[in-house]
Amino acid sequence: MKADQHVVVIGNGIAGITLAQRLRARAKCRITVISAESATHFSRPALMYVYMGHLRQQDIIPYADWYWKEQNITLLHDHVEKIDTDKKELQLQKGQSISYDILVLAIGSSAVYYNWPGQQLKGVQALVTWQDLELMQQQTIGIKQATIVGGGLIGVEMAEMLQSKGIEVTMLVREPLYWRSNLPQQEAQLVTQHIQQCGINLLLQDELAEILGDTDGRVSAVKTKTGAELPCQFAGIATGVKPNISLSKNTAIETDKGILVNYLFQTSCKDIYAIGDCAQFREPAPGEPALEQLWYTGRQHGEALAAILCGGGTPYKRGPWFNSAKFFNIEYQTYGFVPRDWDEQHYSSLYWEHPGKTKAIRLFYNLRNSQLVGINLLGVRYRHDLCHHWLRSNYTIHHVMQELTAANFDAEFFQRYEPELLRQYYQQFPEQQAPAKQHAWWQLRHRFSLFSTTPDNC
Amino acid sequence: MHRKLNSYFIYTGYTLLAVSILCLITCIVAYPYTDPVLWGWSGIGLLIVGSLCVIVPDRLQAHVAQQNNQLWQQDATSRGWSAWLLGVVLTGFYVLLYWFPETLQGLILAFEPLSQWLRNKPSDHWFVYGALYTLAVLLMGVYALLKYRNNRYHLIRTCSVIFFQLGFAFLLPGLLLAFNQPEFYFSYFWPLKYDYLFPGTVGYLIDNGAALGVFMVFWGAVISFIATPVLTYFYGKRWYCSWVCGCGGLAETAGDPYRHLSDNSRKAWQWEVAIIYPILGFVIITTLLLWANSWSGGTLFGDLSGGFSSAYGFFIGSIFSGVVGVGFYPILGNRVWCRFGCPMAAYLGLLQKHFSRFRITTNGGQCISCGNCSTYCEMGIDVRWYAQQGEPIIRSSCVGCGICAHVCPRGVLKLENGPRENRYAGTTLINRDAVNILS
Repeated sequence: MKADQHVVVIGNGIAGITLAQRLRARAKCRITVISAESATHFSRPALMYVYMGHLRQQDIIPYADWYWKEQNITLLHDHVEKIDTDKKELQLQKGQSISYDILVLAIGSSAVYYNWPGQQLKGVQALVTWQDLELMQQQTIGIKQATIVGGGLIGVEMAEMLQSKGIEVTMLVREPLYWRSNLPQQEAQLVTQHIQQCGINLLLQDELAEILGDTDGRVSAVKTKTGAELPCQFAGIATGVKPNISLSKNTAIETDKGILVNYLFQTSCKDIYAIGDCAQFREPAPGEPALEQLWYTGRQHGEALAAILCGGGTPYKRGPWFNSAKFFNIEYQTYGFVPRDWDEQHYSSLYWEHPGKTKAIRLFYNLRNSQLVGINLLGVRYRHDLCHHWLRSNYTIHHVMQELTAANFDAEFFQRYEPELLRQYYQQFPEQQAPAKQHAWWQLRHRFSLFSTTPDNC
Repeated sequence: MHRKLNSYFIYTGYTLLAVSILCLITCIVAYPYTDPVLWGWSGIGLLIVGSLCVIVPDRLQAHVAQQNNQLWQQDATSRGWSAWLLGVVLTGFYVLLYWFPETLQGLILAFEPLSQWLRNKPSDHWFVYGALYTLAVLLMGVYALLKYRNNRYHLIRTCSVIFFQLGFAFLLPGLLLAFNQPEFYFSYFWPLKYDYLFPGTVGYLIDNGAALGVFMVFWGAVISFIATPVLTYFYGKRWYCSWVCGCGGLAETAGDPYRHLSDNSRKAWQWEVAIIYPILGFVIITTLLLWANSWSGGTLFGDLSGGFSSAYGFFIGSIFSGVVGVGFYPILGNRVWCRFGCPMAAYLGLLQKHFSRFRITTNGGQCISCGNCSTYCEMGIDVRWYAQQGEPIIRSSCVGCGICAHVCPRGVLKLENGPRENRYAGTTLINRDAVNILS
């Protein structure tokens, strides 16, 4: 990457901004980040905390203005109207035009609406952008009841937000349990119960049919497919997101659901790349998703593309999956892959659940070779680097159990539940021997070199 | 139904608090025409009952994850007019206490029976201050215990600060006086209690306390020079700042609703290092000078070093730690003194940074940059800066209160002690910047 080259990134979400930062660490080129949404990068998962009053708007901005100045990264708050791929130029709404040598599209995703009757009514909205947050703040002043459509991660966040203002919340969930599309039966059961105990009314196995309005054009009720009518003054749409692709219209950039890329993030147009929520892998590797729409994968895309642009990168390879969320009081972490259902002939799991139904641990493994496939954690924290190491090095469940106690990441003085899981394990596998000594986290960290002292891997 | 009962209690509590304030004002202003003991203790009794009526239902009706709801949207906790009013009242109280104690005569007399009972001595304004301070730690200790009720670290830590304030900083010094021994605080040490190692104090303790006095001097010196480095090596600065210290005790209890007001900008950090280390240097030099003077029989500086130390006592001990440190809680946050002024914090911080097993570990690449950690850090550390880069947080100012780890919605942070080798090393799961914030 030469110093006189101009890299333009559209989108200042985690993918685009990580790319800009990592590129700056490696190269002296000009870097410009354009966003129509906000003047600077902010943490999208933190929007809910602004609504609930835990944080102010300025608190969810991770890097102060001095940082961008010192890093010599230009931030533009403007809307890109058009991409001219031949002239390598962008047409901006406020500014005139800007030319690029390399263009990176990190334009994210937006909420999916399924053409429900009444979806254009006032008080019906999703929560993805900064503007959505401001709209939600306005639209929920003084209201009594709200309905959330969709039983996913954004849905439960919206429920928690609305409840913090004393609003009565009903969630419409298509599956028989909350987030059953992702969680195994027991975990989904536990989380469902917890959400109900927190005072959220869950309407399971039901879907949105129609949104009804009053004479002012404001939502007054939600009608479900089973015929229930839920009076509400706000309807939150949380039925998933789809990649933003409208910017690539009338260009040679090929799209499907998302902007099509290979594992070098190249689009069909030379010198144009796409990363994050908006990108879709043209030929995903077996078992891998075509769309990766998490905060974490967005960041990984940005890191990988920076290396690729500087010539040091290899095709993107995500490595073991991980994700985290929070359902009211219950934290959720997952490492590797735990499916919602599995074939008992080929897979099995060790599962422990706290009698108080607030904590659970599942270690999911392959029966044929005993290999660990994934870990689900509810209300318990495990060390990311250790779990990552286990998964990447194809540990067997027996191997993992030898090191299990070192993986716990709960705060000091917290009760540890690994002994219960181990007891269950030794009952199931009486031929296995307990190790003479359990190693501490720092011993394993040292043994597996799970630390980097270099500030950047370039 | 539950909610209704709760709000009934809360409104009753506020009413009682209002009456309590009237009683206390009467006690102070209407003395000598009224009975100070009657009005004073009515005020304090109502203060206790009223506070509990507000605190207990208010904290219990919210889940642990909801405890910070609306904090930045409520007047009292977001520098609104009521926050300023409280700040002015607290500051005003300190001004009266330090410079016009005679105006508090009614309150002093109200505490006469308690003082006689505990200390076998007449009450004075410092006794009133100590009693009210301890009461604040106790009542708001209940608040902290309920607010962090699912977290054993905070439950144990809060009980610890309450224990040290009540036992070591209030009851024990009082009992010592009752037995005609020198008043001594076993939970405060040089350089925070700077005069404990001054020749004058040492001489006084040994002359007036006999064997016990020698023990007090020995205790103070051993903690300052041996126990402090050893404990900080194993556990970090937190063993003192958020487990034992009385200033920390007040900050962690009464100051807790204001912790998010601490400034976490780069500028604030620059001010911090520019102020706190010179103060530590000043205490060290003053102590050395005083000893040099004492050994030379006062010929070296005359009373110059005495003037030095009384100037320090006025500017740092009174104005900084009291008036600004506590009076400005609702405006500047709850650790202004600990962060910008305390020489003990500076000393512990140097040890923590360079000679300790303590760190706050970031869990791999899990940070979502939300900013709860940085906002709720009472020391104004930009915790997120490190967390989002997968680095451990090792900062000299960190008092190890553990709230960053508690408010993190993804469980990314953990306070822990481990070998010093590779203590600063981050995770391999994330690429990071080499930007130095302070430079």
